[in-house]
Amino acid sequence: MNPELNDPHPMKLEMNEQQLMIRNMVREFAAKEIAPIAAELDKKEEYPTKTLEKMAKLGLLGIIIPTQYGGAGLDTISYATVVEEISRKCASTGVITSVHNSLAAWPIIKYGTDEQKKKYLPILAKGEKIGAFAATEPNAGSDLGAMLTTAVLKGHHYIINGSKTFITSGPKAGIIIVFAVTDKNAGVKGLSAFIVENTMKGYSVGSIFEKLGIHASLTSELIFENMEVPKENLLGKEGEGFKIALSTLDGGRIGIASQAVGIAQAALDESIEYSKQRQQFGQHISKFQAIQWMIADMATHIEAARFLVYNAAYKKDKGERISKEAAMAKLFASETAMDAVNKAVQIHGGYGYTKEYTVERLFRDAKITEIYEGTSEVQRMVIAANVLG
Amino acid sequence: MNIVVCAKQVVDVSEIKIDPQTQKPIITGIAKKISDIDKNALEEGIRIKEKHGGKITVISVGSADVKERIKELLAMGADEGVLVVPPDNADYAMISHILAGVIKKIGSYDIVLCGEASIDMFSGQMGPRIAGFLGIPQITYAQKVSAEKDHVVSERNLGDKIVTMESLYPVLITVTKEINVPRLPSLMQILGSASKPLLIWPMDGVVSGQLIHKISTIDVKGVPMQRKNIVYKDDIDKSVEKLVNDLAKEGVLR
Repeated sequence: MNPELNDPHPMKLEMNEQQLMIRNMVREFAAKEIAPIAAELDKKEEYPTKTLEKMAKLGLLGIIIPTQYGGAGLDTISYATVVEEISRKCASTGVITSVHNSLAAWPIIKYGTDEQKKKYLPILAKGEKIGAFAATEPNAGSDLGAMLTTAVLKGHHYIINGSKTFITSGPKAGIIIVFAVTDKNAGVKGLSAFIVENTMKGYSVGSIFEKLGIHASLTSELIFENMEVPKENLLGKEGEGFKIALSTLDGGRIGIASQAVGIAQAALDESIEYSKQRQQFGQHISKFQAIQWMIADMATHIEAARFLVYNAAYKKDKGERISKEAAMAKLFASETAMDAVNKAVQIHGGYGYTKEYTVERLFRDAKITEIYEGTSEVQRMVIAANVLG
Repeated sequence: MNIVVCAKQVVDVSEIKIDPQTQKPIITGIAKKISDIDKNALEEGIRIKEKHGGKITVISVGSADVKERIKELLAMGADEGVLVVPPDNADYAMISHILAGVIKKIGSYDIVLCGEASIDMFSGQMGPRIAGFLGIPQITYAQKVSAEKDHVVSERNLGDKIVTMESLYPVLITVTKEINVPRLPSLMQILGSASKPLLIWPMDGVVSGQLIHKISTIDVKGVPMQRKNIVYKDDIDKSVEKLVNDLAKEGVLR
């Protein structure tokens, strides 16, 4: 007999003790170390170098990296809650954490050789170098098959030429997963992935973008001019690049969805506090039904988004394919974030439009979650393809 | 150096609301945590252990759910936890008696560390009472502790003056929240805390004889703070003058 049939609560929608301890720790860290400086970093467009050093000491840059490589070896729900709690105070630090863990470390964990894991994972876990992921090109965004960067094997090195754009942490990254064409006649099956170090000959950082939001996470072009990458830095096999990119982005979407939930939660936190303190027509605006309905909708959508994230994370840990679940979580969470920040600014009225109030930053930070690591349109394509078969 | 740290679970007092009808605090559904100053005590214990080596035992008297909180302290750096569930309505005398019993049962200890007071009741009695039961010296309100091999030097913050004291071991020290900044546990420490011993000791192995309840709490009420809601509508100069006068009358300005 199935023992679960005897369990009166066979389905548990709650965190275990360890996950709760992790959430509490990160929540406290974010309140003490991130919240006080988030607005200033945003204003100065300053990378959170010191925060990342502190996070590395707490193990937050090696959340999913196995313990034998110096990481914490934790589950994806723990990872999601870390990214959410960090993003709740600073979305820029949140995306740096997400990209470092799920787009740089994860493909090495999943597809790397023992030598690659031994060489690169401890460096990432300790935060000695920050990770990045370089697939996007000026003419190859959602359509990765249009990539122009090439990698040609010459002796013991691949010679890589081309450029990448919109690379999160680009100017600061030390270990970058780079995608390039190794067989231009094979379409997406001609793409390959490489582990690149910023110190390699021919590697340079291009221009840094001025962005609407996530100001503290620097985003740039990367330029490869006859960049020499040792043969042993090929990740997976030649031609596996597209597969590696897609499966990595499935996990990355859990990170971005968590970031979006964090931004949305912050919008709700700010709105609750403000509406209970702001008085108009002789009463707190939280007493007005118009405000109450906005708050109720925000809270409900956030809860739903968070459960979609946990669902995708839970299935990822079970080893299931999560393209659909991760796309749903990312789509819903990012649209929830956009809706929540819009309502939050509305609740704050004129004050919400000024830089005096946190919601102004949240409003600018939220938009990117609907764009990077797959636009909402791409998420809908993925979901539709899975649902329609 | 064997170190014992006393810790208490409290409700997060910053989240307490007062029922406007009954004036009673609403504490149901409020998050629980370890009293902040007890974390300062543990942090000081960890620093002493880092200097001299040894073992840190965290002890608590409270409901069974305090186990979860003790795990956080094990993650922070304590080596072992002991919890005793007291009888209902235990008062300060009873709880300090039980804590002293736990420390006696542990047997070998050099320093007992407590917060100067808990953030909920703030009686400040627990440390002195325990030292009394144990018959050991005490240094209260320590804002600095220098633990040497055979003695400890400590600065007591008495508000208007700082008193430096010295004691041999064993000694009980209560610390202020200014003494240090408690560390956060790393992910690895959180994972490691699961394998540290966390014992629940029954009452009868800790204290002998009947504990006598001496203090009864008759009522707990919030202090109502009525706003005066005075609006000054004259021109600025007159309004400021009136405001200053009113503030002086209220004793705010002197």
